[in-house]
Amino acid sequence: MKTMTKARLKSPWVLHYDCGSCNGCDIEVLAALMPKFDAERFGIVNIGDPKQADILVVTGPANKRNHRVLKNLYDQMPEPKVVLAVGTCAATGGIFHNCPNTLGGVDKVIPVDVYVPGCAARPEQIVDGIVLALKKLEEKSEKKEVAK
Amino acid sequence: MVSTLNPDMAISVAYIIVAPFLGGLIVGLDRKITARMQNRIGPPIIQPFYDLIKLWGKEPFLASSFQPILAMGYFGFIFTGLILLAFRQDLLHIIFTLTLADICLIVAAYNSKSPYSNLGGRRELLSMLSYEPLMVLTAISVQVVTGTFLVKGIFEYGTPLLLLMPAAYVAQQLVLIIDMKKSPYDVAGSGHAHQELVRGVYTEFSGYTLALIELGHWTKLVFILSLISLFWAQNLIIGWALALLLWFIAIVADNIYPRLTWKSMLRTSWVLGFMLILANFIALAIWRVI
Repeated sequence: MKTMTKARLKSPWVLHYDCGSCNGCDIEVLAALMPKFDAERFGIVNIGDPKQADILVVTGPANKRNHRVLKNLYDQMPEPKVVLAVGTCAATGGIFHNCPNTLGGVDKVIPVDVYVPGCAARPEQIVDGIVLALKKLEEKSEKKEVAK
Repeated sequence: MVSTLNPDMAISVAYIIVAPFLGGLIVGLDRKITARMQNRIGPPIIQPFYDLIKLWGKEPFLASSFQPILAMGYFGFIFTGLILLAFRQDLLHIIFTLTLADICLIVAAYNSKSPYSNLGGRRELLSMLSYEPLMVLTAISVQVVTGTFLVKGIFEYGTPLLLLMPAAYVAQQLVLIIDMKKSPYDVAGSGHAHQELVRGVYTEFSGYTLALIELGHWTKLVFILSLISLFWAQNLIIGWALALLLWFIAIVADNIYPRLTWKSMLRTSWVLGFMLILANFIALAIWRVI
């Protein structure tokens, strides 16, 4: 494995965006970042700045109000980046799927790499999802190195 | 005139080359100790290096074309200060080079329209206002004791400075906490965005510019610790033990205190810091007269 790819896998910085969820998944995301699971031992840091983040963690369905914000955050993240949709709402729209103000899943707005199902998704699953996201990141990183 | 390599010179050069990497290890150790204090396992000690390499490989997003120059300036001026220190030059020059580095960071923060970044820049100015006078006053006290501003003079002076200026040493604790951007005085932007909206003064940096800022931060840490180690310049092992003691207290303070307001930072550093150094200064002056 190349040094750059290894460094990328060892230091994924997470940006968490609540796209109008009921806060159930957000509480679980915060639980996954708490000292018991100690995400920092894998180098995972919760960062508030999209310009410095590698993984975008989105909870809740995309709606007509905030899809621009979501797209903006995604565009502000530099490559290589991956998107993790946490919870049923983020995946498909969940119980809000036929509401007039929602667009459905997050993938209607931005490309999603990993879906974590559950209402609410459990913290163990979220950690598992981030590990899957890292595999995606590795693929993207190696593709980028080849393209160079 | 080419002379044979002086062993002192060799040590200085080695120190300049090793310092940034040593800073990375110290930051890694800091993160590990912080994790253990919070009952976590914590990242590996070389974690900061992974972060740095990753940041270097990210797609560059620049706020302006001037930003990378300022990021380089931040690292460059700190590195220049380090070189001046390694060759035992003038203390005032060294401190003012550090000021220039901070100015670069502040101008870079003001170099975009982001309100978070501008607010961070303003707060970085306030941090400078808090710790720079303490450093300059300490340098003046050193001049009163040794009769010269040269770092060389400290090495040639017989007694360790700690015995003559203990209060000034205690005041360095404030300088170190503000410089390391640790709670309670991390007003401009903490290490990992634990307590703020975006990232304060670092908001507009990403990719390699952030990597440069990070590298500058490591170098600055070693630089400040080296300055503190001059309090026992006769035996630098004791000097570094003194410096690392303050560093450890800074980590403990970081873990037990929330962030305080910039007003309390100014008040503490100006009232407490000034009082400590001035008391020391007056005691020294009286001792001189006697």
